[in-house]
Amino acid sequence: MWQGRGLFVALVLIAALFALPLYLPGQGDANAQRFEVYSWWTGPGEGDGLEAMIEHFTKNNPDVDFVNAAVSGGAGSNAKAILASRLLANDPPDSYQRHAGLELQDDVRSGKVQDLTQLYQEQGWHATFPQGLLDYLTIDGGIYAVPVNIHRANLTWYSPKTLRSLGIDSPPRSWNEFLQQAPSIKAQGKTPLALGPEWTQKHLLEAVLLGELGPDQYEGLWDGRMSWRSPEVTSALNTFQMVLEFTDITSAASDWQPQLDRIIDATATYAVMGDWAYTYFAITKKLGWRQDFDVAASPGTDGVFDFLSDTFTLPTGSRHPEITKTWLIECGSTEGQNLFNPLKGSIPARTDADPTPYLDYLAWDLQEWRNPDTRIVGSLAHGVVANNAWGAEIDTALVLFLQDGDAVKFAETVATRYRETK
Amino acid sequence: MTTYLSTGRQAAAPPGPAAGPPPTKQPPPRRQRDNRWGRYRQWGPGLLLISPSLLLLGVFVYGFLGWNVRVSFTSWRGLTPKYDFVWLQNYTALWNDERWMIDVRNIAIFTLVFVIGSMGLGFIMAVLLEPGVRGENIMRSVFLLPMAISFIATAIVWRWLLDNGTGENTTGLNQLFANLGLEFLRSDWHKSTSGWAVAAMALPAGWTLAGYVMTMFLAGMRGVPDSLREAARLDGASERQVFWYVTRPTIRPVGLSIVLILVHVSLKTFDLMYAIDQRNVKIDTPSLYMWFTTFDGGFYNRGATIATLLLFGVVLVIGPYIWFAVRSERT
Repeated sequence: MWQGRGLFVALVLIAALFALPLYLPGQGDANAQRFEVYSWWTGPGEGDGLEAMIEHFTKNNPDVDFVNAAVSGGAGSNAKAILASRLLANDPPDSYQRHAGLELQDDVRSGKVQDLTQLYQEQGWHATFPQGLLDYLTIDGGIYAVPVNIHRANLTWYSPKTLRSLGIDSPPRSWNEFLQQAPSIKAQGKTPLALGPEWTQKHLLEAVLLGELGPDQYEGLWDGRMSWRSPEVTSALNTFQMVLEFTDITSAASDWQPQLDRIIDATATYAVMGDWAYTYFAITKKLGWRQDFDVAASPGTDGVFDFLSDTFTLPTGSRHPEITKTWLIECGSTEGQNLFNPLKGSIPARTDADPTPYLDYLAWDLQEWRNPDTRIVGSLAHGVVANNAWGAEIDTALVLFLQDGDAVKFAETVATRYRETK
Repeated sequence: MTTYLSTGRQAAAPPGPAAGPPPTKQPPPRRQRDNRWGRYRQWGPGLLLISPSLLLLGVFVYGFLGWNVRVSFTSWRGLTPKYDFVWLQNYTALWNDERWMIDVRNIAIFTLVFVIGSMGLGFIMAVLLEPGVRGENIMRSVFLLPMAISFIATAIVWRWLLDNGTGENTTGLNQLFANLGLEFLRSDWHKSTSGWAVAAMALPAGWTLAGYVMTMFLAGMRGVPDSLREAARLDGASERQVFWYVTRPTIRPVGLSIVLILVHVSLKTFDLMYAIDQRNVKIDTPSLYMWFTTFDGGFYNRGATIATLLLFGVVLVIGPYIWFAVRSERT
């Protein structure tokens, strides 16, 4: 009997020992100044840009114990899943990353983020960010996020050498022109347009819709002014299907980098991709701008800037709202944006930031962004124009559309889901 | 001995007024009290010891399971939890959902091919190793090793092996076939237009688990006493007959366990498809749909409904087994 008791006591002791760490002071008062910023910037370039901004921030705010809570993987999808569970548990980080636009709508309507209109007024941001961007940042009448950077989505990437060898003077300026070029490219044994995983196909759909419908009707698709059942949309979707005929969709690359590799090794001619492609070509692959690779607005979208942007927020229940505001001011400042963007390979959202650090493609990009004649529209595939629910339903509808090729059913589904998820 | 055991089982039955003696006004006789104390001493300490784990299991498995089922009856969407009651709306919506129907079909095909394939492969390997060959330990470890690799890492490797690029872009298995002069074996794998494309996923999954199946079968075969086989041989049975009439019946329970383990692994497979080709509807499964709809779209109601149905599927498979196991233990 005594032996049994001894064993029991031993077990209890062992259990208590294992539980010991639980009794140590955790995230209590000792870490009151822990300031946690949540993002999905872990890759080369973006991670460096974030670090540079953090360094600048902590130099000005030496008391702050800055925690860079970046979650890698899945182009942010892993980070978003973890963030969702933290927001549901009302345990938000002190500031978190979202794409500008309706990606934040659910957070706003669920009261997870605070209105920053006052901060915008104090900082004079209404004058320094372009109106087109401010319009997309405004959700239900308020502004809830501060943009750090701007990316452009409607771009066609190609290799000038490949084009010369094919006897093509310039990249297509409309999808019709692409469809004229494509058969001869195919006949010469090259893929006319390279594709990657599902989101790159959504990205292409967006580019075709924008190119075929023009910016006004394109914008109308997302706010209900333009019917998905209209003949224009049907015809644009038919164009999309015809374009798909000239892609490698049946053997699409597994990610966007291998997709662009097909441009580099000249097995494919064009790729529609956002300007993170520039960082990949110029820095990762060390290729020469204009010599080894070049870019043009995607067919039919000259003078239109299809943007996406990364923003930071002030969550409800942030433990240090004042520090968060200082962080947001850093994000929106010319210094912060000019530290971050040259490394990330994007351009500052502010129109008054010094343009000298932006070279080659980025210089052209910045010039287009600041040109008052440029029309700014928001990206579908990157969270600007559709909220999360609708975006996910469009994903489903799109993969089914790519299977069965039924454009009418696709338009019908997208329209129905818009009403259901509004 | 028998009576002792049977009292023990009675005591283990759920405690309640019905289980005890009929209530009397007088204090129970001393002997009966002793008897109760004795019973308590039999199961009490044991219960006490496992109570922490019972409690954790109760909260973190069954509690959350119940919560998940509850959510599947709500219209909760987005970051604001909502606990209304919409009856079976989510369930009926799912059966009208084209993607869900594709997923169900995919998981059925995948399970079928994966279970049969890895059972067959594992069994053949076990039969080959059973007589005892040189370097058996090494081979066993080599075959078992894939199981030690996470499905994500496996998927990254197989994503390349199952690449279906053509011409200059040919790589992976297709390139191997081409180099061996076996071009006719070239396949588009999971990107093929065939409705059975998801069967290609059974390759990496089977590669991972065939070694495990082999080990289980090998252990089962080795468990057959040599005396039984010797006896059969003495009676003039051929080796084939020895296998069929002596070894096979003894390893049948092992086979059943393997089927169950493989089926529930297959129903839950997520990471493999997630890493090989995200959102390729040809290899979409219920668990993937659950993840994407919940965390991309915020359809917590639909996600919970899919989770409940997945649980249902697993219970349908595991339930009869547990019932069978408990029954055969009693007899």
